Amino acid sequence: MTDFATRAVSIAPGSAEGREKALAAFKAGDRLFSFLTKIAALTVLAMLGGIIISLVIGAWPAISAYGFDFLTTQRWAPNARPQPILGGLGPLYGTLVSSVIALLIAVPVGLGIAIFLTELCPQWLRRPVGVAIELLAGIPSIIYGMWGFFVLGPYLADSLIPGIIDAVEHIPVLNVIFAGPASNLSLFNASIVLAIMILPFITAISRDVFSTVPPVLKEAAYGLGCTTWEVVRNVVIPYTRVGVIGGIMLALGRALGETMAVTFVIGNAFRISSSIFAPSTTISAAIASEFAEASDLHQSALILLGLLLFVLTFFVLAAARLLLMRIERKQGS
Amino acid sequence: MKFSIMTRAAVVALAMTVGAAANAADITGAGATFPFPIYSKWADAYKKETGNSLNYQSIGSGAGIKQIQAKTVTFGASDMPLKADALKKDGLVQWPMVMGAIVPVVNIEGIKSGELFLDGVTLADIYLGKIKKWDDAAIKKLNPSLALPSTNITVVRRSDGSGTTFNFTDYLSKASPDWAKTIGADSAVEWPVGVGAKGNDGVSGNVAQTKNSIGYVEYAYAKQNKLTYAALINSAGKKVQPTVASFQAAAANADWANAPGYYQILTNQPGDASWPITAATFILMYAEPADKAASVEAIKFFDWAFSKGNAMAEELDFIPMPASVVTLIRKTWADSIKNK
Repeated sequence: MTDFATRAVSIAPGSAEGREKALAAFKAGDRLFSFLTKIAALTVLAMLGGIIISLVIGAWPAISAYGFDFLTTQRWAPNARPQPILGGLGPLYGTLVSSVIALLIAVPVGLGIAIFLTELCPQWLRRPVGVAIELLAGIPSIIYGMWGFFVLGPYLADSLIPGIIDAVEHIPVLNVIFAGPASNLSLFNASIVLAIMILPFITAISRDVFSTVPPVLKEAAYGLGCTTWEVVRNVVIPYTRVGVIGGIMLALGRALGETMAVTFVIGNAFRISSSIFAPSTTISAAIASEFAEASDLHQSALILLGLLLFVLTFFVLAAARLLLMRIERKQGS
Repeated sequence: MKFSIMTRAAVVALAMTVGAAANAADITGAGATFPFPIYSKWADAYKKETGNSLNYQSIGSGAGIKQIQAKTVTFGASDMPLKADALKKDGLVQWPMVMGAIVPVVNIEGIKSGELFLDGVTLADIYLGKIKKWDDAAIKKLNPSLALPSTNITVVRRSDGSGTTFNFTDYLSKASPDWAKTIGADSAVEWPVGVGAKGNDGVSGNVAQTKNSIGYVEYAYAKQNKLTYAALINSAGKKVQPTVASFQAAAANADWANAPGYYQILTNQPGDASWPITAATFILMYAEPADKAASVEAIKFFDWAFSKGNAMAEELDFIPMPASVVTLIRKTWADSIKNK
């Protein structure tokens, strides 16, 4: 029988000394490989740390000038004298509200598509619809921005929004949230564009996790006389909750940071308006619009906004993890 | 000006995009979007005549100033002139290259270019959000014969810092005490109303797209995009249309010879025929350039533009610098820029 170790390094077979040498060479190779992969892994951590550090350094002048007031100030006056008055409340509000509205639209629709595809869809239609959804995810965000600007914005402002405004005119609370005037560029327009952009994430992930439900569970439920809705509601969704929430969180992460499409359609206004039909801005849109021309404290404030977005996204992901851990623990007990 | 790490990173990133397309014979410059139409036209003609090409990135006045300070380009371009002491501090030389005008553009059904008249106070009140509808009494008073709709005005303004905004808000500050007190003049201001769009082209696109909107753009953008412009009532109380003649009338008031660093703002000039929002756009170069060969090439281009580019400028409704000022600028080049 040939000794594989010695054969691999073409040393005379059977030589004990040669075998030892070969094994030592393997060991060194292994060590080198593990070292290289470790470096690769540490590079990611180093980059993450480097980004945080450079953001903090860049944001420091703004942090020391404004402190916590930055989070509660709505005014954005880069030209104020003697020093600019800059507050991040407007973009923070716009970022959170546009993402939440986008989720409110995209989650039911996305789950609906996923349920249809896995439970109800005839076999021949599954692939075309599935591929179409995946293609949506591949469209560059600037295309969504242009579509939102040229097509969706005018349609909303001319047709849909005036109708909504008139319909809720005399209903308290609603007539403040859905107040006029209608504008081509608005928080609502941005939210719809965002909803369409994150739809593929929610759909694709939900569809994948729905298909992991063991058929025996579903068959048992159907055997008990459950309707499709009851099977989905009581078997599929509880079984796949973790994965679905993961997909939603991923989508939220994308919505929070989306830049180009939102910059096109949100109107870039720093004022907070109670109406979702008014122009607004988000953190990433503010940075994209103003960074090139900003200097000194103005620039530092934009970097601080970037840092806030970083922290915000971090907390969203951390909250998702925590939620998932709690669900897992509950299921374990 | 102190530069943080992030600025340097951003400048390097921009410089890479600027530098990528450049080769040895290229002249590189970056800055204002306002004069971009004429600079690109000159560049085309210059390339045909000499084979040398100009690589001009229209990234905005403030960014242009940053690029020249970071020395990533041979010249910077800005609509907002630097004051003499700022020039001295950075060792920069500044001169006006060409003059142009800013016009209010509107999108109102049934109203054609030049039919709607506005004055500085009314324009400021629209941008302050005090005038909300097109049939407001103040607008009606200036336009008794026009049928104005009772619709909300969508105000469009710049979302990025801009030399065009600087000149526009400078005019509003001079024309309206309210504007001067609450907003002031700068390249980026705290807009009380309106939607923000990026660049002159962004504002043009938004106004073209949005019914019942108003915006402000450099005249060439209004013309090329076939936007409806409004006429203005100037400081002498006379109605003026945006034409080369009215721009020239305003420009003629400038006293370039006695302005250190050619620092001149041309808005709200006196004279019956003066267009009120006229502006010069400026070039910035180092007095002691690091790359002398590139600096020589750039000056050659500007010299060529002054001697052969006037007709092209007028075609695009820019106003060439008067011959006497060009003589002064050539002297400035010879005296201040050490290319040898």
